[in-house]
Amino acid sequence: MDLYVHPEFEIVRSEKKCIACRACERQCANCAHGYDAASGSMESYDEKCVNCHRCVTLCPTKALKIVQTQHTFRPNANWSNDTIRELYLQANTGGVLLSSMGNPRPLPNYFDRILLNASQVTNPSIDPLREPMETRTYLGKKAIPLVRDANGRLTENLPPQITLTMPLMFSAMSYGSISYNAHASLARAATALGICYNTGEGGLHRDFYKYGPNTIVQVASGRFGIHGDYLMAGAAVEIKMGQGAKPGIGGHLPGKKNIGEVARTRMTPDGSDAISPAPHHDIYSIEDLRQLVYSLKEATGNTKPIIVKIAAVHNVAAIASGVARSGADIIAIDGFRGGTGAAPTRIRDNVGIPIELALASVDARLREEGIRDDISLVVGGSIRSSTDWIKAIALGADACYIATGALLALGCHLCRSCHIGLCNWGIATQRPDLVKRLNPEVGTEHLVNLVKAWQHELKEVMGGMGINSVEALRGNRLMLRGVGMTQEELDVLGIKHAGV
Amino acid sequence: MLNEGQIRIPSGCAIAGVFSRCGALMPGNDIIRSIEVMHDRSNGLGGGFAGYGIYPEYAEYYAFHFFFNDTAAQRKCENFLDRHFSIVSFGEIPTRKMPEITNEPLIYRYFLLPLPDRLRASQLTEQEYVSRCALRINCEIDGAFVFSSGKNMGIFKANGYPEDVGRFYRLEDYGAYCWTAHGRYPTNTPGWWGGAHPFGLLEYSVVHNGEISSYDANRRFLEMYGYKCSLQTDTEAITYIVDYLTRRQGLTLEETAAVMAAPFWSTIAGMPEEEKNYYTFLRKRFSSLLVTGPFSILLGFTGGLMVLGDRLKLRSMVCGDHGDFFYAASEECAIRAICPEIGGIWSPDAGQPVIVRLA
Repeated sequence: MDLYVHPEFEIVRSEKKCIACRACERQCANCAHGYDAASGSMESYDEKCVNCHRCVTLCPTKALKIVQTQHTFRPNANWSNDTIRELYLQANTGGVLLSSMGNPRPLPNYFDRILLNASQVTNPSIDPLREPMETRTYLGKKAIPLVRDANGRLTENLPPQITLTMPLMFSAMSYGSISYNAHASLARAATALGICYNTGEGGLHRDFYKYGPNTIVQVASGRFGIHGDYLMAGAAVEIKMGQGAKPGIGGHLPGKKNIGEVARTRMTPDGSDAISPAPHHDIYSIEDLRQLVYSLKEATGNTKPIIVKIAAVHNVAAIASGVARSGADIIAIDGFRGGTGAAPTRIRDNVGIPIELALASVDARLREEGIRDDISLVVGGSIRSSTDWIKAIALGADACYIATGALLALGCHLCRSCHIGLCNWGIATQRPDLVKRLNPEVGTEHLVNLVKAWQHELKEVMGGMGINSVEALRGNRLMLRGVGMTQEELDVLGIKHAGV
Repeated sequence: MLNEGQIRIPSGCAIAGVFSRCGALMPGNDIIRSIEVMHDRSNGLGGGFAGYGIYPEYAEYYAFHFFFNDTAAQRKCENFLDRHFSIVSFGEIPTRKMPEITNEPLIYRYFLLPLPDRLRASQLTEQEYVSRCALRINCEIDGAFVFSSGKNMGIFKANGYPEDVGRFYRLEDYGAYCWTAHGRYPTNTPGWWGGAHPFGLLEYSVVHNGEISSYDANRRFLEMYGYKCSLQTDTEAITYIVDYLTRRQGLTLEETAAVMAAPFWSTIAGMPEEEKNYYTFLRKRFSSLLVTGPFSILLGFTGGLMVLGDRLKLRSMVCGDHGDFFYAASEECAIRAICPEIGGIWSPDAGQPVIVRLA
């Protein structure tokens, strides 16, 4: 007999308010609600609830709420409820624990301990409503020798760059891990905003080629969906070496999700498991990476910047330095709080380092080596708000990637059950009846709203600092102060403590 | 209290400059009177001057002006100079004892030529060799500070009000075709002489009024290329930006201005195609050297003077022409004080350089 695992959540239904309309039953793909015809009343199956709030949101009489169960093991500071529950699950199944989205553990968040500066008296703050406040950003290699033509005029000889209206992009989420409508929303929003979204490793659906100028196409270890037109379709090509949520681990799209258009876009047999190996099997070292970078440059006729995305691991600074010397134009670093559609829980929660520290040490290292201008630096891995973004820029990032935040704007309620494939919000699912719940027009609007709101906030903060163009914020660490940090933490971040 | 270099100290200021296009050598009296009118823009914690054309008899040699804390530092520094240069001449810089200026360090000047063998072995250009030597002295020799290192030019600065500093250095005894002056209003400072302005590197001298908000972004970029922003002042960073862009990258002063005080993207969008590409390229290529926040500077260089203000015009700066002479200052009164008959006084457009050169 299996060890009993008590449900984490309880569905609380107000019998007074409930009209037994069965909307909750229809909405829940997890089948947590039922209808008892005999009594004419609704029933709840707590063990199936993932706390996604779909039923709560759509209940016409607001009769529902989901609460965390108060049922508990004997309190134990060492053996928490979660730890015991997970151990039982493993004892029952012999399986690796799976999770989705970013690391939920209460590990230190350095963004929360960094404060921003503003002008007072000695220089004026700038009102973004009255004065131009510039956020345009170019990503790519800048350090090239200047060349003048016969008339002494400087020639534009920069390698290809990504042009962004602001230093923000939607980071990689594959078609397969998320739905067609989610991709459509991201692609349209990126186009409307003048930024980029990223295909992830699932290829690019033929309907989305028209958004190419605002698309980053990814080349990952499974090489799914890659062909000449795909590489030429985007604004840049990203080689995915690692992901913050699961450094050192590949990807696995189960056969039941890899069907129809998803399988076709990936150029894999319908219904087969799409497995991305942990390493690229043609990259076992840095010199191999260089070959892939230059292969992609040749394949695209040197018209696309090449991004190399790595996970933030312990020696990330040295790795980044190697990447910068590999011919890559942009390096993307993904921190350990970054999201995922599915990852082994233990890996997600224990491998990698916070993006704040990784970013600070990579930026400092590239500067020490005099090669910071050879490469642009993009970071992601839980940029939750405009101020996380602003702090990342001031620490030294050229731009940030957001994904979890973008999914929230599409309606995700962070129930962390993407790996089940039954996303009631139509995001992390391929079930047609669920996918159609996400209206791409509404999704696009929400994404555009979110990013524009952040851009407004960026401008307000920059104006307060007396900065009117975002490049003057980049790496401007004097605009940051730490609170409640050790000297070592401050040293890694390259910032001073508040009050100093 | 910490000195400049140990802490970053914001400051407001007054600046003034006068330039003779035909190269007529002017004694320092006028520039002292010009800056003196703006007395209230300084607070007695730093003043200084730069003069061009002041050492015609040593025009071929690098004139290093030094502050030494004591003779031990001087000896240590002279050892360094002996190993890297032939010292053509040296001596104390003449000063006048006056109650307004106290606590002076040892103030010396050396006229130098790089040792040919050392220069060859270094595989550097002569200017790079000299600038690296100056930077090394300032970073590595405790108690020695080079504050002027160009040819046929010199910087004179001290702790005090600028008009007193000018008299202290007997500027009436020098003749220059270009003078710039600076009065400082730091918000907190121990009043270290090295922290006064102008700041100089080789032929460049900069006087600056403002507080740039891009400082750390600029500094961290410059430090990649061997510049040590040891004073942590805007003026130092601005001087290094000019040096990097002109001497190392070969940009013209106009191009340098277009990097530092770049036109807004909205302005660029309205330009004819060729100009649009040109300014876009400069902004993309040198984005880390965009200077934001208020600044107005006078950049002195051999044979010329550049006036540049920030792209929002957050600091006052006026210019005027009278016959052969060109004037620039934080306030109109500073120009009228020495040229009452001047006709038109005008403000340069935001971010637009005004460059005057010897005819």
